[in-house]
Amino acid sequence: MEANEHEHVIEVTDLRRVYGGGFEAVCGIDFSVRRGEVFALLGTNGAGKTSTVELLEGLAAPAGGRVRVLGHDPYTERAAVRPRTGVMLQEGGFPSELTVAETARMWAGCVSGARPEREVLALVGLESKSGVRVKQLSGGQRRRLDLALALLGDPEVLFLDEPTTGLDPEGRREAWDLVASLRDAGTTVLLTTHYLEEAEQLADRLAIMHEGRIAVTGTPAEVTATEPSRISFELPAGYHLGDLPPLAELGVSDHTTDGRTVRLRTHELQRAATGLLVWAQHAGVELHRLDVRSASLEEAFLSIAKEASADAAATKEYAA
Amino acid sequence: MSTTVTTPMSRMAALARAELTLLGRSKGTLVTALFVPLVLPVSAHEAAKEMDLAEAGLTIGEMVLPAAIGFSLLFAVYAALVGSFVARREELVLKRLRTGELRDTEILTGAALPAAATGLAQSLVLAAGCAVLLDMEAPPAVYLSVLGLLLGLVMCAGLAAVTAAFTRTSESAQVTTLPLLFLSMLASGMMVPLEILPDRIASFCELLPLTPVMTLVRGGFTGDLSASETLGAVATAVAWVLLSVFAVQRWFRWEPRR
Repeated sequence: MEANEHEHVIEVTDLRRVYGGGFEAVCGIDFSVRRGEVFALLGTNGAGKTSTVELLEGLAAPAGGRVRVLGHDPYTERAAVRPRTGVMLQEGGFPSELTVAETARMWAGCVSGARPEREVLALVGLESKSGVRVKQLSGGQRRRLDLALALLGDPEVLFLDEPTTGLDPEGRREAWDLVASLRDAGTTVLLTTHYLEEAEQLADRLAIMHEGRIAVTGTPAEVTATEPSRISFELPAGYHLGDLPPLAELGVSDHTTDGRTVRLRTHELQRAATGLLVWAQHAGVELHRLDVRSASLEEAFLSIAKEASADAAATKEYAA
Repeated sequence: MSTTVTTPMSRMAALARAELTLLGRSKGTLVTALFVPLVLPVSAHEAAKEMDLAEAGLTIGEMVLPAAIGFSLLFAVYAALVGSFVARREELVLKRLRTGELRDTEILTGAALPAAATGLAQSLVLAAGCAVLLDMEAPPAVYLSVLGLLLGLVMCAGLAAVTAAFTRTSESAQVTTLPLLFLSMLASGMMVPLEILPDRIASFCELLPLTPVMTLVRGGFTGDLSASETLGAVATAVAWVLLSVFAVQRWFRWEPRR
């Protein structure tokens, strides 16, 4: 297929979305997703994730900028894009009085090259529920039905808006396995989530959104690498901070103390930890409540949210 | 590997089938759609007996039969569809459907088909019933009645989508449908023939959406519609259809307000 030639399956340039009241939900974002990649959009509630995904799905026209999915504008060239994409909305969208099987049959009638409905229902573990009305399904079962329908047409590109919200831990694990197997089969997946673990598990690359902008983008490793690792411990009795080896020599970028608790932040975790432990051994002291941890996506996420709101506060002060 | 490619017809058929199932499961809609249009003609018949129809040059049958079709269009098609469009929008079904291959017109048409088919079947039954019970003669210009009925079906589906655009919840659909229901029953020649109204009021009433439908359906049975009257009625009906298409494109909402 000619589409295989496209290096980027999704291309977003200076994308903007403004709602009726003038609220700018997406304020000029850029990113691209390569074929076969799993790309995660992370962000707090109201960060603009769903607003962005809806533009990619072609449900609304952007206020500015450009979206290309499989080389086409998903809004104006709907017919060229839709047969090749699968969409899982953030919530439902099924008539509550239809059964699972009736819902799947209806959707299958609207999807080119649809797989047998029973096959996709089995894929998400709903085959035993096919006679049950949608209104009697649990929230997690509805999410799985939604996922099944998104997969019905064997899409090249899959949009998943918070696919595991409302699932129990087991269901979430199963959904992750499913997404991983789709990725292995070459499906391009764009998902939004506010579960950092989900992004860490699934995403080849991710972008963290905050207040309509992309604060940082990269592989999970790249994004976490921007954050320092942390060491904390209790200063042994009779020792002062000055008794430690010079912190700069250990590669510590900054430190704080809280009573006897010392917290170090470093981009060279091994060097700092080794230096500290060698010192402790020579001094013959035990470092109580020692905690050594490399940066996680969660810390990167929290610090972006914090920085951004500090910026916002600063801007407000200037304005005042 | 099956590589079935969907067509507008196959997609609308799949959607219509699901809507038909839903119509069968919605008891309230079913009662309104199936029984009201069967009961109201009886009261229309009572009212017609009290009227001096001869002055308008009409028989009781020529008064009651078009009214019966009007009730069917209003209740089985218009009111039922406002309710289902709103319910589908509030359940986010319309939004879901728009993520797929269905085009916007296909979604609205497919969803409207079962109600339109119900209205069509019901109208035919009512027409046959009236013809037999009221001892009517064979219609001399039946094509006019058929044309009027078809225009009425399309128009009522269009107006239902417009009304749904201004209806927030399924409950409020019971209120937002009232203006067209009352206006049509009182002023579109369903309960009162326009011929017995003062000229100025009558010529205003001719512009209402359901009036040309009534005129055409009745004209098929009386056989006394002039070419210009026919043309005028068709033009008015087509204008309402076009107006509702424009209004839907302009105002129809595919998602609930947030």
